[in-house]
Amino acid sequence: MKLFYHIGRYFMLLWIIVQKPEKASIYRRQIIVELDHLGLESLGIVAIISVFMGAVVTIQTAFNTDHPLLPIYAIGFATRQSIILEFSPTVISLILAGKVGSRIASEIGTMRVTEQIDALEIMGVNAAGYLILPKIVASMIINPFLVVASMFLGIFGGWLAAGVTGVVPLGNFVYGILFEFDPFDVFYALIKTVVFALIIASVSGYFGFYTRGGALQVGHSSTRAVVFSSIYIIIFNLILTQLLLV
Amino acid sequence: MIRVENLSKSFDGQPVLRDVSLAFVQGKTNLIIGRSGSGKTVLMKCLVGLLEADSGQIWYDDRDFSSLGFRGRRLIRKELGMLFQGAALFDSMNVNDNILFPLNMFTNMSHKEKQQRVDFCLDRVDLQNVHHLYPSDLSGGMKKRVAIARAIAIKPRYLFCDEPNSGLDPPTAILIDKLISEITSELNITTVVNTHDMNSVMEIGDTVAFIHRGALWWTGSRKEILHTGNNELNQFVYATELMRTIKPETRP
Ligand SMILES: Nc1ncnc2c1ncn2[C@@H]1O[C@H](COP(=O)(O)OP(=O)(O)OP(=O)(O)O)[C@@H](O)[C@H]1O
Ligand SMILES: [Mg+2]
Repeated sequence: MKLFYHIGRYFMLLWIIVQKPEKASIYRRQIIVELDHLGLESLGIVAIISVFMGAVVTIQTAFNTDHPLLPIYAIGFATRQSIILEFSPTVISLILAGKVGSRIASEIGTMRVTEQIDALEIMGVNAAGYLILPKIVASMIINPFLVVASMFLGIFGGWLAAGVTGVVPLGNFVYGILFEFDPFDVFYALIKTVVFALIIASVSGYFGFYTRGGALQVGHSSTRAVVFSSIYIIIFNLILTQLLLV
Repeated sequence: MIRVENLSKSFDGQPVLRDVSLAFVQGKTNLIIGRSGSGKTVLMKCLVGLLEADSGQIWYDDRDFSSLGFRGRRLIRKELGMLFQGAALFDSMNVNDNILFPLNMFTNMSHKEKQQRVDFCLDRVDLQNVHHLYPSDLSGGMKKRVAIARAIAIKPRYLFCDEPNSGLDPPTAILIDKLISEITSELNITTVVNTHDMNSVMEIGDTVAFIHRGALWWTGSRKEILHTGNNELNQFVYATELMRTIKPETRP
């Protein structure tokens, strides 16, 4: 029953969020600020994780496909497919759910418990719209860039691992990376990314916005934001994979 | 003029406001007094719509606030300033941007006009050279003064102050009281102030309403408050030794 209550309230909040803004210029400025806070500040962690995961995926694939019937370039091919189809869109989105989701929920939650949201409402500002909409828009714009960066860096990490460890000759690896490349795969990955970005920003915004109590509850909200964003990302990953690839 | 009619509010079946009817006069500082937990904050939050009353009506001049939807309420809220018990300044903005915020949001003034208004408001609350400071850099009294400056930036018609001087030293407390009272008559607005400070009552209380356990117990002026036969109110007024020394003998 509690679940239906939350789902109902979540969609009511979305409805309030998409009301016409008081002043579009202020929202635009907020979007730029959030692009920086939510996007560029995440670039470092995305880069580190992508390079290392790309390397690990390559080494793992090399060790587990050591079979005379499999061509050597399959290692590069499998690495590319894993990174583009699942690792970059889904795992990076999960990482962002942790980093960005907790940030959004705690920021908005703190504003709630210190009555800053009430102060906005009193002025006649649509607080939910003003606080959450720019974060949703900014995430949906910047996350695809982060994910594309992650794809390149992941494959770069694989190439680096291949070169350093010699588990696969670089020529074969690069041949596999380019083998039967289908741009639709990237498109599919970016659709997922945009949906996940919407989930991260709106679910975290929801938990932050309806925080009640004090500092302790802000912590709870931010934990819940991460947990539920992650769960919805996993569920929608399954649904979108079914819809788009089958 | 703000009128409240038969306002009731309960939390989980626990009544907090019981059938309160009250009027707040334009151009006057209207005080709501009462002991801690008597329901002052809840009453104020019902007035501005941050809490939804269970029953009763609220009139802003001739506009029925309680029956308006959120769009209609937003129009009234643009005429309304509020000072929260904890100041509620925006942490992420410095003092200048805090006061600029309502101006940016709701006016089409030029950049220069807005900055002049900010300077005027800060000057009005007797603050200089604090534009670049963040709320965490300010003392409690300064926060409240910045919050007042923000509340008056867009020239409200109605001003609400929840415990504007709690936690402040006596001279600063009086300064803030005086400020609110002066702004009220200057701008000829309707001001409602929650307080449990008898000094404030004697300094600025044009009209005084005493709330006891969520019910309206007594209304009158600050002169009358010293001569009331009301038992609960007398306990409130003469709670301190200082007040008892000036207690007039009501009965021979
Ligand atoms: N959201 C809420 N849920 C449940 N009870 C509440 C809520 N808000 C206030 N109350 C109760 O309402 C009563 C009145 O609280 P209120 O904050 O209005 O007191 P107050 O008169 O402002 O006191 P103070 O002078 O200490 O600020 C208290 O008993 C409080 O516990
Ligand atoms: Mg209170």
